[in-house]
Amino acid sequence: MKHLTEPAYIRWTLIIVALLFLGLFLILPLVAVFTEAFRQGAEVFVASITEEETLSAVKLTLLVAAISVPLNVTFGIAAAWAIAKFSFPGKNVLLTLIDLPFAVSPVIAGLIFVLLFGSQGVAAPLLAEWDFKIIFAVPGIVLATTFVTFPFVARELIPVMEAQGRDEEEAAVSLGASGWKTFLRVTLPNVKWGLLYGVILCNARAMGEFGAVSVVSGHIRGMTNTLPLHVEILYNEYQFAAAFAVATLLAALALVTLILKSLIEWKTERQAKLDEEQHYDVTGERAG
Amino acid sequence: MSIEVVNITKSYKSFTALKNVNLHIPEGELVALLGPSGSGKTTLLRLIAGLEQPQEGSILFNGEDNTNRDVRERQVGFVFQHYALFRHMNIFDNIAFGLSVRSRKTRPSKEEISEKVHSLLKLVQLEGLAHRYPSQLSGGQRQRVALARALAVEPKFLLLDEPFGALDTKVRQELRRWLRHLHGKLGLTILFVTHDQEEAMELADQVVVMNEGRVEQVGSPEEIYHHPANPFVYSFLGRVNLFHGRIQNGKIKLGEAEFETDWKDKAVEAPAVGYMRPHDVEISLRPPEGKSARSVQAEINHISLLGPIVRLDLKRLDTEEVFEAEMSRQRFMELNVEEGSIVYVTLHNVSIYVDSQPVQTHRTALVPLQASV
Repeated sequence: MKHLTEPAYIRWTLIIVALLFLGLFLILPLVAVFTEAFRQGAEVFVASITEEETLSAVKLTLLVAAISVPLNVTFGIAAAWAIAKFSFPGKNVLLTLIDLPFAVSPVIAGLIFVLLFGSQGVAAPLLAEWDFKIIFAVPGIVLATTFVTFPFVARELIPVMEAQGRDEEEAAVSLGASGWKTFLRVTLPNVKWGLLYGVILCNARAMGEFGAVSVVSGHIRGMTNTLPLHVEILYNEYQFAAAFAVATLLAALALVTLILKSLIEWKTERQAKLDEEQHYDVTGERAG
Repeated sequence: MSIEVVNITKSYKSFTALKNVNLHIPEGELVALLGPSGSGKTTLLRLIAGLEQPQEGSILFNGEDNTNRDVRERQVGFVFQHYALFRHMNIFDNIAFGLSVRSRKTRPSKEEISEKVHSLLKLVQLEGLAHRYPSQLSGGQRQRVALARALAVEPKFLLLDEPFGALDTKVRQELRRWLRHLHGKLGLTILFVTHDQEEAMELADQVVVMNEGRVEQVGSPEEIYHHPANPFVYSFLGRVNLFHGRIQNGKIKLGEAEFETDWKDKAVEAPAVGYMRPHDVEISLRPPEGKSARSVQAEINHISLLGPIVRLDLKRLDTEEVFEAEMSRQRFMELNVEEGSIVYVTLHNVSIYVDSQPVQTHRTALVPLQASV
């Protein structure tokens, strides 16, 4: 197949360009984050990440992810199920709406919530009556994060579910299974890798979101600071070593996410191959 | 259990899949729904199963109305075209599924389920494969797993959608024989969809021929083959030759060939079409004895040797219409003809249909006449 490949010099040029690009924009910054974090020694690093305000930022970030990820998983599965397995009027509108958070700038998303729930907002009188704070408080951060990470799970599941069709669900129902049992025992196991992939991406974004959260949080130290906001504050206060130390936590999260992501991709590819065999290789007497 | 389909109409946004379909399937029979793709046969099967809802009409099981009953309550065994096995479950769990999803009150014990699954595996001759996954089985094996899974819930009858469509010829023939055997053993009503007329003829007690959302004819394989109700059924059930002609003075003229009819109205003059099977074409080297009006001359264009039979492509010298003839290899040897030979052809068993309303409809009315001796 030699005639189908490009000459060696073109191949090498392309590879080197890609590697240079990767190195410059991905690996170099990552290395920089870690070197800067350890510039003043491991002690400063440890001190920075065990500082009280940092710990509270970690806690808040985890709390926000722990609320918004399950919410979006529930919603994403429901939406994907409805869209992939049923036909109903307004399906395309729903599909477009799911993509909305990707299309809107996160800052705008944050502002929407300020306009709705802020002290001058539409819902302000009600909130004042109940003495419930959303903006510059944890609920606002959760809302903004949930909004921004809304599409991840649904977007991952819809193509997987659509590709699998309705045959297995129909088979389950014809065998007497209820809708819920069909979902639990047939639909869900078939999409588990796609679902996990969506959850991991959703989680990464929920923990790393800056723009929308920045608008609604109010940057109250030890109260409404998430990890990305905390990094920014430390940096603005010229505490570079501390800022980078905290940034390593987020960088580590990114690395773990990437590793999990490629593991799952490998798994799903393998499953897709098996499924394909099942679908097309129905004529051969393979197994004895 | 008998199935009754009454006045069913089903339409989708842009087309009508079934128009006023009526059908009665007696208990214990093996019935084929035969038709080209798009004829509505799969839709009818899915309506009976409850996977689709009709716009009009009703579906009765043993006289009991099931039209508005949910799929899960109908207790129907449905085998899907691509089997729809649960890909993440092994064969055991696939077959056990229908029993294990029952509510706690009606669910059999683990031991009972296991016993049932193993007896079904034995029935479908797949013992020892209980722990394999669907992707590890061949097409024929998957088909049998799908059947076992449907049988596990002890359905009132079995519905099979193109059961052998995706299998190669050899496996298909084995499975056909096996299904016939299974039907004899279980005595269950079985309704299956197929587009393969040979499959329908070989397997079924009754064949329902469908076309464009309508039932064209219902009958035993013998009946529909030898007494097709209309040209569609005639041409769908095997190879067919078509001759165009006219009805005149109560006689049908197809080129130089002439056929007497019992057509009373001698004044009618209309286009007529004669249908005949290739194996009813008799070929001889000399003109047939006596003056036969059903004999014409033809030239052999091509000879295909197909094992035990020989197929000739011929062209009539009078009308230039091309047609086929089939004969045994032995008869072909006796004739000793080759491509280009001119032979005498006698047309037996011609079914003639007169287009009674050529403008308004494509469907032709059957003239009550079989032009055989």
